[in-house]
This record gives sequence, structure tokens and C-alpha cells, in this order.
Amino acid sequence: MKPAPFEYAAPESVEEVLELLGEHGEEAKVLAGGQSLGPLLNMRLATPGVLVDINRVEGLSYLRSGDDVLAVGALARQRSIERSISIPRRWPLLHQAAPYIGHVAIRNRGTICGSLAHADPAAELPAVAVALGARLRIRGARGEREVEAGDFFVNYMTTDLAPDELLLEARFPPLPPRTGTSWKEVARRHGDFALVGVAAVVTLARDGRCERVRLVYTGVAPTPFEAGDAEEMLSGESPTQELFGEAAERAARDCEPGSDVHASAAYRRHLVRVLTKRALGEAVRRAREEG
Amino acid sequence: MMERRRTIRLTVNGTRYEREVEVRKTLADFLRYDLGLKGTHVGCEHGVCGACTVMLGDASVRSCILYAVQADGQEVLTVEGLSSPEGPLHPLQQAFHEHHGLQCGFCTPGFLMSALELLAEKQNPGEEEIREALSGNLCRCTGYEGIVEAVRAADRTWDRG
Repeated sequence: MKPAPFEYAAPESVEEVLELLGEHGEEAKVLAGGQSLGPLLNMRLATPGVLVDINRVEGLSYLRSGDDVLAVGALARQRSIERSISIPRRWPLLHQAAPYIGHVAIRNRGTICGSLAHADPAAELPAVAVALGARLRIRGARGEREVEAGDFFVNYMTTDLAPDELLLEARFPPLPPRTGTSWKEVARRHGDFALVGVAAVVTLARDGRCERVRLVYTGVAPTPFEAGDAEEMLSGESPTQELFGEAAERAARDCEPGSDVHASAAYRRHLVRVLTKRALGEAVRRAREEG
Repeated sequence: MMERRRTIRLTVNGTRYEREVEVRKTLADFLRYDLGLKGTHVGCEHGVCGACTVMLGDASVRSCILYAVQADGQEVLTVEGLSSPEGPLHPLQQAFHEHHGLQCGFCTPGFLMSALELLAEKQNPGEEEIREALSGNLCRCTGYEGIVEAVRAADRTWDRG
């Protein structure tokens, strides 16, 4: 099995990358970790004319947490989340979700920004980015712009990126105090794409009520699905099992899962119910420990 | 510069090679067809089964979804690099042999490379850690008990100092 023929370029600067993308437009595809693109190429589900390999560009592999924001360069590997000292403490949701991304050898190559740009609705990192309110720095020939993760994912494997733009950096803001997070998912086998996954981010007020809740799901819509009404139900309320159940019910009703060979829509809704309750429970417990 | 063919220089199991390759050639195919190193096995060819796992620098990678051109200038270690044909087996290989860590052997090269990465980084890993490290490798005949046992044994016998 081999990919259809393509032209290959390995530029060494961001400027050269942008030049190539500008020149070849829709025909070009950026190769970062290649852990999603590789299979698509091998199976010829994708047949780009030009592969722009960014792995030779210096200075894009960083994870920087010097200021309050975690800045993730375009080539930072997913494995680096697991090796970071500051991420488990300050951006725990990333650390909680990372072990579910493929396997070690996949995370050794796969990049964080690549997963966002690929925008598979079953992938963990897009949902995590939306739940954490990440901002994405995008550079093109016309200059640089920043987009919120919530606005970045447009449709199934489709983002706001223009063909001549590069996702340069993802920026994760700090969590507010008294905030707990949780990642829960169900996959047929560990490391497979999840049938359903959920990110919960809960900030408690000083009196113990929920101040702000975010619930973002994979696998139940063409893009990461934020259960806005369920979040709203929890806001300002005391976190109780009963309320978690009602919010879970609401999220299960509002999401739009499809049926496929792996699971029916009804089963995916069932998973939304179960996982929402578990994730909320864990996030609240962790928020109290932060307290 | 854009190309369909490219000359690459890389080190595989300590030997330096220079070859011209088609840019779409996977690292797995390059190792097998161009260098004749057929110990790296090709199973699913889309990054799921783990049979093609090799070390690229210090990290395990799937050689079926990496292109040979991406290994240009780097160091690759395959199962052939674990021990020489004349010499004794690598402690990991010896442990797989002793603890029934293989049956048909198709998946074994991948398991060995994943286990190598784990043990190179970690002394005395727990059973959960071993299973997690091997979770990206599929075995369809032995079952995993013997494999986990072999990795545990190799952890004791492999002098990594």
C-alpha cells in the first residue's frame, strides 16, 4: 500500500511554508505529525498534489508556560503533554485527555496543533481546546490572526483555516481558581477513537455553587459539541447528583449523534448521559480540592 | 524545492546509508525493500497494529505512516539492531523466548521496539505501565500474558547502566 504520487517539500522557515501554501492552495497539504494524514494518504482517501513537511522548520516544537498562558507551537508533539511538569498542575484537562490519544508511538509523532487542524470530530484535542477556551494563532500571506477554538471548527474535518494559512500556535489560558476538570470517554478498545468523549470544566463559587461549567463532547456532532443548555442549568446551582443527572439528560437530548457500524445514535446518547454524570462528579471533586 | 524523488542519508542500526527514494515511500517499505531489513513487519499499513514500530532517535514510531524522506539525517533502530546474528540475543529477545512472548512471531518486532522504549526510560515499571506501553501493539495468537511477563523479566535481566 502506498500513497498516490505527490510532490514533497521540506521548507526550513515559516515564510517558506507560507510561500508554498500560497503557491499551491488547495492542492497542498501540511504534514506535521502525519498520524492522521498518513493513513488517509496510504488508503488514498486523500490525494494532495503537494505535501509541505513542516518538520524541518526550526523553533516550532515548543510548549511555553512562562507567562500565564500555555503556548503550544505547531510542532509540539502530543507526547510532550505527558512529559511536562507544569501541564498536569496548571492545564490538567490536557494531561487527563492525552493518554487517550492513540498510543505512545502515535503520540511521539502526532502534534497538538495538527490534531486541531485535522479536526476529526472523534478526536480528543479539539474538544479539549474548546472546553479550555483556547485561542489559535494563524498565519498566512496576508498576516496573522487569532481565532477562538469555539469558532475554529466549522464542520466535519473542516476548520476556519484557509488553504494558504498555517496554524502556528495554540494558546491555552489559565484556569480560574476553584476549577476542576475531567475527561471521560468510551472507546471500543483503548487508544481507538472514542464513541463519545466529554470534557468537563467546573468553576465553583466561594459558597460552593457552580459558577461556570463547560461541557464539550466528541463523537456526537460534526464538530466539538458544547452543551450550552446543560451548562446553563448548572450555573449558579449547588452541584448535586440529581442536578448532574438532569444536565446529562439535557445534553443527551440536545446533541446530534449519528449511527455507524460502531454504535447507534441511541447508544451514543446513552453514553452522553453516563459520561456527563461521571465527568461532572469528578470535576466538582477536583474543584473542591483546589478550593 | 519540490521533488518526487530525493536523496536521503540516514543511519540504520549503526550503519550509514545514502539512497535515492521516491518521496512517497514509507519508512517501513524503505527498510524492507531498499535496505533488505525485513525484520520490520508491515501489518495494517495505517498505524493501528504496531507491527512496523521502530525507533527514530529516542522515540518509537510507526514506520508505515512515516516517509523515508522524513528520516533523512536521523538515526533508526530496527529489530535487527537489537543483537547480531552471531552474538547472544538482546535481553528482551531472550525474555520473549523464555516466557512464551511469541507464537507466530509476526507482531514480535513491534512489541520488542515498544518494550525497548519503555524499559530504556523506566526501571521496574508496574504491570499497568507495561500494558499501557504495549497497548498500541496487537498480537493475534499468543495473548498478552506471556508478553507482559517477558517484559517484566527483561526489566530484571537487562543491565541498562
